[in-house]
Amino acid sequence: MEPIIRTENLSIQFGGHRAVDGVNFKMQAKHFKSIIGPNGAGKTTFFNLLSGELKPTEGEIFLRGKSLASDSSIERTRKGLGRSFQITNVFPNLTVLENVRLAVQSREKVRFNFIKHYLQYKAITNEAVEKLEQVLLGNKVNAVASQLSHGEKRKLEIAMLLALNTEILLLDEPTAGMSLEEVPTILEVIRSIKEQGDKTILLIEHKMDMILDLSDSIMVLFNGKLLADGTPSEIMDNETVQNAYLGGLYDEQLIKT
Amino acid sequence: MDLFINLFINGLATGMLIFLLASGLTLIFGLMDVLNFAHGGLFVWGAYSGIFAYTWSGSFIVGILGAIVTGFVLGWVTEKLIITPVYGNHVQQILITLGFMLVLSELIKVVFGPNGIPVEVPSYLAGSWEFGEVILIKYRIFIIFIGFVIFGIFQYVLKKTKIGLIVRAGVMDKEMVQVLGINIKRVFLFVFMTGSAMAAFGGMLMAPYSGVIYAEMGMEYAILGFIVVVIGGMGSFSGSLMAAILVGLAGSFMAYYVPYLSLAVNMILMAIVLIFRPQGLFTNAKEG
Repeated sequence: MEPIIRTENLSIQFGGHRAVDGVNFKMQAKHFKSIIGPNGAGKTTFFNLLSGELKPTEGEIFLRGKSLASDSSIERTRKGLGRSFQITNVFPNLTVLENVRLAVQSREKVRFNFIKHYLQYKAITNEAVEKLEQVLLGNKVNAVASQLSHGEKRKLEIAMLLALNTEILLLDEPTAGMSLEEVPTILEVIRSIKEQGDKTILLIEHKMDMILDLSDSIMVLFNGKLLADGTPSEIMDNETVQNAYLGGLYDEQLIKT
Repeated sequence: MDLFINLFINGLATGMLIFLLASGLTLIFGLMDVLNFAHGGLFVWGAYSGIFAYTWSGSFIVGILGAIVTGFVLGWVTEKLIITPVYGNHVQQILITLGFMLVLSELIKVVFGPNGIPVEVPSYLAGSWEFGEVILIKYRIFIIFIGFVIFGIFQYVLKKTKIGLIVRAGVMDKEMVQVLGINIKRVFLFVFMTGSAMAAFGGMLMAPYSGVIYAEMGMEYAILGFIVVVIGGMGSFSGSLMAAILVGLAGSFMAYYVPYLSLAVNMILMAIVLIFRPQGLFTNAKEG
């Protein structure tokens, strides 16, 4: 089967530093893959290349076999490649529902209708509420986004990402900055998205237990290079990976789980 | 008491006219970070073209429509010709829009002549209502009424429609709106044209109020508009209403009680706000 997304020799150079270096990666539709690697391994840069925030120095990205080289981030989103951000990115002074409604209505062209009340667009509101329920924010619909806890903001962000209706989801450290109590619910949210079965998900995370729990496969980035790509057990058993990166962390996590 | 009410009504009416000018300015700034010093030029063009249409047709309503159409058209021209090339560069924006402001003012003199034109209030809005000692000048009440209506319409569009949601979100974080895939340039052009039309509308309403129109009035009111934007909080729509009323009232009361300070009062207000609340008086969590 043709991979839904793949990269060929994907590289980016910042001055003398190759942040992403010749990465050949591919992913099947409906697959759940996690990206791990130490800080500075190029994970977020890799995401930025996929989403179009950054232009590669070399190499190409193919979505369903077609090159994305000339597509902006917006066009990539339209074609089905959506991403969340490492920094919380919601509109602080809008309500939770308004945030998601905006994401839902962003899929259509801007229309200049100054008269029609938004409640008359039932489908938009319903879809927005549905996405919020999916991320367990159904009880916060009318709260102002700035009043949410950090974890809730991350969930809202995921709801907005879901509202963009892209087939591929790039999740950049959804648990970053979260309190320990909040982590299990975000795990639950991501698992429910996975279990719905219609999304291809690429996740950057540091929490190994979460990765092992969710992933169909794991790829390891190290110094910008793709070190390994395989099933969770293959990765865990991979000696290069253990030596290069996991090391102590691996043992520690193994004891925990 | 009657003096107080008169000063109050007077200040409120002036405030509403400034609001029409400032509301566009604040959204233009809030949405695209554009400093538009040519805004006052739309105000004066609205006054002249509106009065021209009013004199030609004999109908004040036609005059208002003429001003609004002129505002829309000039807004479109300004955005396409003057603003688009200087997105993201404040210094260039100030220079080119100030220059364009001068061009607009001088063009007034070319088209309509260099002398001020006297304007009369239409007969059905002329005169006043008298309640004992209190005299309410009809035209002022009319302006105040229009101001609140316009405010209400804009509040509805901003808070209750899809396009309004985009505008509010854009004022908060335009990059994020673009990330969502919304063509904010198109939205901005619309906001710019609407803001320009409001300025032109304000100029038209101003004409019978001040009794005379002249090419330099644009600059005078543009400065008041900027002061209101600063006081009300950049990008805050209801803030601009409150601040415009505040500026209008301060001007009206100061002119009576402390006339030698009346020119300085707005600057003083702005300076105080900048010192103690640089984000503007009326910006709060709910505002867009």
